[in-house]
Amino acid sequence: MNRRAFLHTTIASIMAAYLFGGKKYAKAARQDRSSTVVMARIEPSDPEAGFNALRLQSVLDRALESLTGLPSPAAWKQFISPNDVVGLKVNALAGKGLSTSKALVEAVCNRLQDIGIPAGHIIIFDRMDRDLQRAGYVISTNKKKPQCYGNDRVGFDHRIYEYGAAGSRITRLVTDICTAIINLPIMKDHGIVGVSGALKNLFGLIDNPNKYHDNVGDPFVADVALLKPIRDKVRLTICDALTAQYEGGPPYMPHWTWPMNTLIAATDMVAMDRIIWDIIEEKRREKRLPTLREAGREPTYIATAADRNHNLGHNELNNINVIKI
Amino acid sequence: MSVSRRKFIQCSCGVGCLYMSGLTGSLLAKLPGQNREQLIEARYYEKLPHRKIRCLLCPRECVIDDLERGYCGVRENRGGTYYSLVYGKPVSMHIDPIEKKPLFHFLPGSEAFSIATVGCNVLCKFCQNWEISQARPEQVPAADEPPEKIARAAQVNRCASIAYTYNEPVIFAEYMYDIAEIANSLSVHSVMITNGYINAKPMRDLCRVLRAVKIDLKAFTERFYRELVAGELKPVLDTLILLKSEGMWTEIVYLVIPGQNDDRKELTDLSRWIMKELGPDTPVHFTRFHPMYRLTNLPSTPIATLQMARNIALDAGIHYVYTGNVPGDPGENTYCPHCRKMLIQRIGYHIVRNEIKNNQCPYCNTKIAGIWQ
Repeated sequence: MNRRAFLHTTIASIMAAYLFGGKKYAKAARQDRSSTVVMARIEPSDPEAGFNALRLQSVLDRALESLTGLPSPAAWKQFISPNDVVGLKVNALAGKGLSTSKALVEAVCNRLQDIGIPAGHIIIFDRMDRDLQRAGYVISTNKKKPQCYGNDRVGFDHRIYEYGAAGSRITRLVTDICTAIINLPIMKDHGIVGVSGALKNLFGLIDNPNKYHDNVGDPFVADVALLKPIRDKVRLTICDALTAQYEGGPPYMPHWTWPMNTLIAATDMVAMDRIIWDIIEEKRREKRLPTLREAGREPTYIATAADRNHNLGHNELNNINVIKI
Repeated sequence: MSVSRRKFIQCSCGVGCLYMSGLTGSLLAKLPGQNREQLIEARYYEKLPHRKIRCLLCPRECVIDDLERGYCGVRENRGGTYYSLVYGKPVSMHIDPIEKKPLFHFLPGSEAFSIATVGCNVLCKFCQNWEISQARPEQVPAADEPPEKIARAAQVNRCASIAYTYNEPVIFAEYMYDIAEIANSLSVHSVMITNGYINAKPMRDLCRVLRAVKIDLKAFTERFYRELVAGELKPVLDTLILLKSEGMWTEIVYLVIPGQNDDRKELTDLSRWIMKELGPDTPVHFTRFHPMYRLTNLPSTPIATLQMARNIALDAGIHYVYTGNVPGDPGENTYCPHCRKMLIQRIGYHIVRNEIKNNQCPYCNTKIAGIWQ
């Protein structure tokens, strides 16, 4: 390829990514009349050893195919272009046992590289190096492979981004370094805001999450999702519900977890959280625990995220198309 | 690791201040993000089942799960034990005139060795120091300074007092207490510059080692506290009453924000409450607001509004009422409540003249409330 052709290709890719890439898709999720949430079940080949990346990769492919109607890797290109620098926002706060699994992250990294993203353009992150290490991740800034480090390593943009009740600085990983974010939450009960899933995981992108737990996190959780750089860059959510927790969260309480053996994929974080909430409530009923409302922590922020002001997605079950595979 | 311009300036300022104060040892080799963690168990909390704890330091009384932090962001539950993350971790140290706090009736013209950590237990949308008050420990470079080092530095620099200020000292109560206890043995006083949003037990404990307290009374309505502070008025009023009962020298600052807490009735209610609960000798400072942080859509306070507030308080019978953040305004001066003669003339933080002798007005011998020597 000569220099001229190279430049043409590069510019065309950037334009295409900007005009037709994940940004368009992410916005469409908010504007469509209904949203799709894919629940892909997987059984571990060896329950003792857990899941490996290869098996998760095939399930992930099927989940994204169901979500987009396209085969992998074309499905991935609906969200991510080869020119993107992709941040994978994991949830590592609860340590080993209830953090985004390394196998899932590895599977996502593999697929991103398959569509042409250089390994060094993938950054696995959460709030602090310490949190990631506690969950079993190895900190790395080696650009020959996917990098992995905490927000504390790069700091926060100095600007205050505001929406509604939220006013925060945002990690430079979102504002300066990454062009796209894939949200990789886990599915768990939360002692203050009721449920921690897609929307709540975004608290790891801001400098002051401790200020946003009043009033069961409502409207703060919804407001944070609308801070401009977050709204613009989060393109896809894949929830690690391989192990889920129905009580005692956010810390890991093994006696309140169950092997759900499922990956949940969606672009509509509100719809995903609504489904997660329902599943957790069902499990709580089964275990004869009070509902989250009775426990004083109904996750009302989910409905707020769907209201006319926020318009982040769908909260009504009638408008959520759940595909189980 | 790259260091941004902002962090470079933060670090440089920190080092400069330490150099001035003689505390140059530990920060010089430090880069942003390299803060060494130092855990001290918190003193005000109770353990709950399932590794939860309830913080008992401030009226918020956060219930905190394992590996989570309280609203202040500087106290963390680790395995059911609650720790302060800011003990011995100041991020700002300066030598200020005591008038800057402002404390006008406490050793006028003296200097206060002023320190802050990160963190705050409220969220004022108009905070002037939000870059440290709203930060978490891992976000701002800090020094490693144990209490005895701070107390010694204040003594070496001939400061009459140590001021716990800039951010909210309630959230570093243990560190403040330990510094103040050592400083007292060195004849250096301690003054707390606080929002007063603290539970009674820790406040009473602190009264044993403090000499003066300045309370930022943000407004006199619960609405204001709820909407602009994320706190409550009632516990702050309770703190003021507690300080009075403990005999603590207390001054009140009221930042007057246009359209938010400058209503004539609110100011009248405030003044009457002070007269009834605290008496006429508690100084009140009505200070000027400037647009800041998340409250940039409002204008600065008109000087006439400050003067109106001052007149309302004087009419209610409060003896010492000041205007603040208006250098050169006559409301900065101290007047004898009996003969009305000017006793202390100030321009900004500078004392032009001080005529108080033996705690009295030299013209009519009226006792002037305060700590003067």
